[in-house]
Amino acid sequence: MISNKESRYRRFVRLFLKGNQAKLGLAIVILFLVTAVFIAITGKSFLPYNPIEQDVGPVLGAPSAQHLFGTDNLGRDVFSRIVFATPNDLAVSFIVIASSFVLGIFLGCIAGFWGGLIDEMLMRSTDVIFAIPALILAMSIAVILGPGLIHMMYALMLIWWPPYARLARGEALRISQRNFVEAAKASGINTFKILTTHIIPNILTPILAYATLDIGTVVIVYAGLSYLGLSVQPPTPDWGAMVNAYQDYLVSAPWLPLFPAIVIAIVVIGFSLLGNGLRDAVELQTIS
Amino acid sequence: MHNSLLEVENLKTYFTLRGSFLRKDAKYVKAVDSVSITVDPGTTVAVVGESGCGKTTLARTILLLTRPTAGSIKLFGKNGTRSKEYYKNVQMVFQDPDSSLDPTMVIRNIIAEPLKGLSSMTKEEIDIKVAKVVEEVGLSRDILDRVPRQLSGGQKQRVSIARAIVSEPKLVLLDEPTSALDASVQAQILNLLMDLQTKHGLSYLIITHNISVAEYLSDKIYVMYAGKVVEYGSTESIIAKPRHPYTIALLSSTPVPDPKTRNLLNVEIVGEPPSSIKPPSGCRFHPRCPYAEEICQTKEPALDVLTDDRLVACHFVNKTA
Amino acid sequence: MVENVLEVNDLSIDYDSSQGTVHALESVSLTIEPRSLIAVVGESGCGKTSLGLGIIGLLPTPPANNVRGKVIYKGVNLLELDKEEFRRYRGTEIAMIFQEPITSLNPVYKIGMQIAEAIAIRNSRKQRTPNSEDNGTKSREIREEIIASLKMVRIPDAENVMNRYPFELSGGMRQRIMIAMALAQKPSLLIADEPTTALDVTTQAQVLKLMHNLMDEVDTSILLITHDLAVASQVADKVAVMYGGQIVEVAEVNELFSEPLHPYTQGLLSCIPSGTKRKARLKPIQGNVMDLRETVNYCKFAPRCPFVMDQCKTAKPNLLEVKAKHKVACYLHA
Repeated sequence: MISNKESRYRRFVRLFLKGNQAKLGLAIVILFLVTAVFIAITGKSFLPYNPIEQDVGPVLGAPSAQHLFGTDNLGRDVFSRIVFATPNDLAVSFIVIASSFVLGIFLGCIAGFWGGLIDEMLMRSTDVIFAIPALILAMSIAVILGPGLIHMMYALMLIWWPPYARLARGEALRISQRNFVEAAKASGINTFKILTTHIIPNILTPILAYATLDIGTVVIVYAGLSYLGLSVQPPTPDWGAMVNAYQDYLVSAPWLPLFPAIVIAIVVIGFSLLGNGLRDAVELQTIS
Repeated sequence: MHNSLLEVENLKTYFTLRGSFLRKDAKYVKAVDSVSITVDPGTTVAVVGESGCGKTTLARTILLLTRPTAGSIKLFGKNGTRSKEYYKNVQMVFQDPDSSLDPTMVIRNIIAEPLKGLSSMTKEEIDIKVAKVVEEVGLSRDILDRVPRQLSGGQKQRVSIARAIVSEPKLVLLDEPTSALDASVQAQILNLLMDLQTKHGLSYLIITHNISVAEYLSDKIYVMYAGKVVEYGSTESIIAKPRHPYTIALLSSTPVPDPKTRNLLNVEIVGEPPSSIKPPSGCRFHPRCPYAEEICQTKEPALDVLTDDRLVACHFVNKTA
Repeated sequence: MVENVLEVNDLSIDYDSSQGTVHALESVSLTIEPRSLIAVVGESGCGKTSLGLGIIGLLPTPPANNVRGKVIYKGVNLLELDKEEFRRYRGTEIAMIFQEPITSLNPVYKIGMQIAEAIAIRNSRKQRTPNSEDNGTKSREIREEIIASLKMVRIPDAENVMNRYPFELSGGMRQRIMIAMALAQKPSLLIADEPTTALDVTTQAQVLKLMHNLMDEVDTSILLITHDLAVASQVADKVAVMYGGQIVEVAEVNELFSEPLHPYTQGLLSCIPSGTKRKARLKPIQGNVMDLRETVNYCKFAPRCPFVMDQCKTAKPNLLEVKAKHKVACYLHA
């Protein structure tokens, strides 16, 4: 209504930064992202200890100045292991989310914009996938493909997209009713261009907010699957696998299973807060 | 008739109701039920009616965004098809300024869109044309780099109008172009529309529930009720002497800013516009008509010639003489 | 000397917004006599809705704050009451209806039940002793009252309508039901915020006529908030024109339309395309509605006024009575 010089993105950022929780979430996410990229580039070079090397410290040593998170049953430095595993979990989560995002938007838009038979087909497929619990589905695929990080990633990519497709479809349906889409049709714009210039830009924001919230979920599910031994194989460190490997020491050396579990929790919380913050900013933006 | 710009004949747009696909007694919403309209070059024709009368569906069907169930739509004598050819000649300004503009696009691109889709102009040519048309609708050039959210309702509607005329169409459909606007802005937009028409030789088909706006802008009026045309004539004669009981009710219900003759307090109209799913039998206005008799319940009146250039669909039009 | 139903004295309301303080109302004063209808007319952003909400105490605080002035209802300053006391006036003494009845009605309850609820609240508020008769008689009485209230708003087939859900009814019917519910508690003041804007022309005529007739039947006054001067001319006894959060002119309806004094009122009148011959163009008001965030010490209409003088740009004109019962805030007539 009243003329406002602020650009759309600047305003969104300002609304987002109003929330303290959102800022905390952003900080956590940035911390982990930076770590992941750093490790991916530099590998083991800058870690205090080689994460796979045994006997760099005492067996089952408690956290100390030399070993921040202590050492495990084979004398390996837990801190180095946890940091080294960061790219794994985050990479898997990001790739799964990214592929679900792209696939979901693609399918959802087509279904929402065209309707009819295509829409029906899409909806029934998502129903089928929804009917089976995610964990079971992922496990079955992993068993078929064999264990390993990449295979686990494929399994998750196959089953993770339906909520995105549904969300995209709903939003695409809503946007398709708007007059500017009709005006575009009456301007001789072909369907593909309408989808890319009008529909998709208008549905991105809510789906992005959902995706950010969703990353935490993938991290947990993946951690659970690697806990079950379906992902990376020893001696490669992996948070979920570490929780599994160290769970017998819960009483005798509690730092062993607890630190990886806490790290998983912090990552998930960080993404959740970030996702909530984004979602709130989206809502505030549409209201004002 | 041969020189008409737009000729709509016996147009029917029915929508099937969900769940009635295979049933024999399939239910239809007869949104537009055999409507014929003509628009001559350089003139303004108004379609006036209240909610549910089908006027918006009529507009969308003429714009070929909704598929007609039966009847024909002819532009310059040729059947209209969804093509660049058609849209170079027919454009539309929508009712809701907020829904008419893509919130993620800058104004420049919004207005340029019809040129990109319908013409083969170069980018430079398009930029020049867009800048020119933006000033024609009374906006300054620096609005081109803004997004819709930064504009007022009146400014958004001007952008809508700019987009509609940038490709130099012959016919512009206007669906309640000023209903969502304040009174002072409405007046500005109405004057703008009149100026643009003179300047570019445009023809307008304006859809509105506000007969005063129709009176101000149009040469001829079609009055619609429950999917049908019930009266047609020149604007002066319809306003001066409406003959269909619904038109009479409509005119007498329109508030005139004159406290001395409070026309509204003497109004005797009853009931409300009917649902499009199950309209009344026979003449659709009969439940509300003070002149209705038995035949009105069973037989639909045809749109007959009353006098030169006047059509009325009523069994007892003599009662309103 | 009949007591005024409502006297608003220098009511001012600010809103906090992310872009600064919005002065929604600035020193608004008006009076409402018994069984009369005053129309408050203005375009979007003039503050008329804030006025209505402020009188009935439904302003969300925050973001509204700094509410100054007096709202005197039958001698009682409502703004001095605490929340609980003020609440007792709402609904029983002062009622309000809004533009979209569909959002005011509960979609999962039948109409009859919703009206019964309004009646029950009225009974409990006026502290009628609970009927010691058996339930059958009580529900029969309530049923009769519901039918009576539906008939009062001229709804045909009241028995049938009672058992319907809101979505089954048309806009006009729903608005009549809102009126019935508002009047069930026999308020002395009904505030109607754009009650007919969303209705068809023929339905609007019926509802306005109904409201006008009910004033005497139910002994209530109406504050009609509208953007439509033509509508105001049809039913109002008095008209107040608002601009930029202030009342710029107020007069009896015949007087206002035959001799509008404020340039804004004149501008609004010449904007109405009614009975206009094709040749005569509408004369719209130049410029745009002003931004309420700016605090100015001059006449808010000055930038758009065709008769602006030097004085208008340096000081603010007060609302003065320049003719009998005709007040205007303009230096042309000071």
